[in-house]
Amino acid sequence: MAKARLIGDRTSKVMVQAMERRSTDVRGLVFQITLLVTLLISLFVLGVLIVDVVMDGWGILTGRPGGFLSGTMRSLSDDPQLGVHQALVGTFWIAVFVAVLAFPIGIGAAIWLEEYAPKNRIARFIELNIRNLAGVPSIVFGLLGLFLFVKHLEDVTGGKSIASAGITLAILVLPIVIITAQEAIRAVPQGLKEGAYGVGATKWTMIRSQVLPYAAPGILTGTLLSMSRGIGEAAPLLLVGAVSGRLGSNPGFLDLSAINAKAFMAMPVIIVEWVQNSGRDPGFAEAAAAAIVVLLVFVILMNAAAIFLRNHFEKKRG
Amino acid sequence: MSDTRVDPAGGFSVESLKANPRQARKERLIRDSLGATALVSVLISGLIIWSLFSEAYTFIVEVDWGSVWDIGWFPRRGIYDVKTLIVASLIITGIAMIVAGPLGLGAAIYLSEYARPGIRRTLKPILEILAGIPSVVLGFFALKWIAPNLVESIFGGPAAGSLLAAGIGVGVLVIPLVASISEDAMKAVPMALREASSGLGARKITTTVRVVLPAAVSGLMAAFIVAISRALGETMIVFMAGGAAQTAVYTHSPLDGSLTMTAGMTSLARGTDNVVGEGLTFQSLFFVGLVLFVLTFALNLFSDRFVHKVREQY
Repeated sequence: MAKARLIGDRTSKVMVQAMERRSTDVRGLVFQITLLVTLLISLFVLGVLIVDVVMDGWGILTGRPGGFLSGTMRSLSDDPQLGVHQALVGTFWIAVFVAVLAFPIGIGAAIWLEEYAPKNRIARFIELNIRNLAGVPSIVFGLLGLFLFVKHLEDVTGGKSIASAGITLAILVLPIVIITAQEAIRAVPQGLKEGAYGVGATKWTMIRSQVLPYAAPGILTGTLLSMSRGIGEAAPLLLVGAVSGRLGSNPGFLDLSAINAKAFMAMPVIIVEWVQNSGRDPGFAEAAAAAIVVLLVFVILMNAAAIFLRNHFEKKRG
Repeated sequence: MSDTRVDPAGGFSVESLKANPRQARKERLIRDSLGATALVSVLISGLIIWSLFSEAYTFIVEVDWGSVWDIGWFPRRGIYDVKTLIVASLIITGIAMIVAGPLGLGAAIYLSEYARPGIRRTLKPILEILAGIPSVVLGFFALKWIAPNLVESIFGGPAAGSLLAAGIGVGVLVIPLVASISEDAMKAVPMALREASSGLGARKITTTVRVVLPAAVSGLMAAFIVAISRALGETMIVFMAGGAAQTAVYTHSPLDGSLTMTAGMTSLARGTDNVVGEGLTFQSLFFVGLVLFVLTFALNLFSDRFVHKVREQY
């Protein structure tokens, strides 16, 4: 070999050996496995959590699923009429308030911030304000609800009512709706907008016909995520005054008088309630687990739909 | 466009370029109503600050300050030892970060640097599902599974809930948060840095630890600060699994039960009727809330700084 003659046989041998030796990078391998293990621990915890909850609630879920869904709050865990119906109604109304208040206001704010806002201090302040609101602990929103809707606006909201709770949670998820919608709107290609202007569209026509359709999947993802956050949140509801103990009535899903009735229940709160009761009556732990499974079905479905939607469109648009 | 606005010679006049006044009015109306929706968020911030300050002010003025530094948190007996709550909050946050820091960061490094695209596509959504689990569910899990299976059998603590059990629960809650912000930070590091490092003969581990991590350090800091802020504000897990019901004696042992700022507020507010009109108990809620708000607000502003730094770099 010409190369070997040039740099000498000995050197060449060392070089070839060094290049051909299949050394395993032990340290690197250990590092990679450690990292994989940390990820798997997190996933394992999720698995244990779901298995644990489903096993605890199995008796009720398979034994009397219909009765559990249509039953009401009871003082004893072995009451055959124990169930989550009132909580489902409460959570349904909370979802309605979130959808009616937080979605339009949040999406409107996002459109303004991305398409209309002037590049000045006021717009920057509003942006900063929204990011900070997103980081405010949920219980502080509960204090706001307690102060404003329960104490000062009792005549309008009915005090400790589902209306107070619903508005409080709509406020809680508003920053999430705005931020996710902003990201979706920001991703709209500039060319689409210029094309619309080019054929003579006004600003609003351009937004309606180009920006919103393109951003729709992203906005929908954000609304799904914030809805699942809203129906799973318990702390603000406890502050706004979800009942402890027995709820007198059991309104139907579409009974409007329930909105500002003086007492309400919701899925996350009934779980807390039953976990607390399990101290004196261990059977309530089973009921709490069954209620968790019901709540998780909704929350995980919404999250999975959101994640699927986002991944689908990310892939499609490359 | 009407004919009168087109130049008879066939060209355009200035007039023809002007918008239809009715349409212009509609455009302005839309712009202004969208602007109003953006102002709602400012209104909400204002209302939060107003509600916290107005009630906390009464507390600050009227409370006997000796009772704010006492043996524990017994609000219904007029003893508002905020120190008990703050120490418990710090213990919970510390334990949560010991759990979530390594696990979240490790998961993020794996997903960003090592995982093949196919593996990433399956594992990441599962982590995102974990992020969506409501905190009441983790509270149940912390009380019924972590407390007996980890805290009691490994650390010899109580099976009925303790700061340690709740702290581990909060840790599980913030793992996805740490992981997703850290992963974003590492993904933002330009590929050229990794290629340059490999070109110099560095192994994957060297590239990851000595090039990618230092380049992403601002984002990683932001991830940790956001997680700390989230752990400080987490309520339900501590309320359910923290091992204390209505009141708490001062403690700094993670194996004891205690109340954090958030859990203290929740247990006090349950059945709000009992809170209103009972000395300063109602106002004490807002005082604790104000302390929590100020702490998390400072942390969030701080992390925002770090995020901006990353954006400026690349």
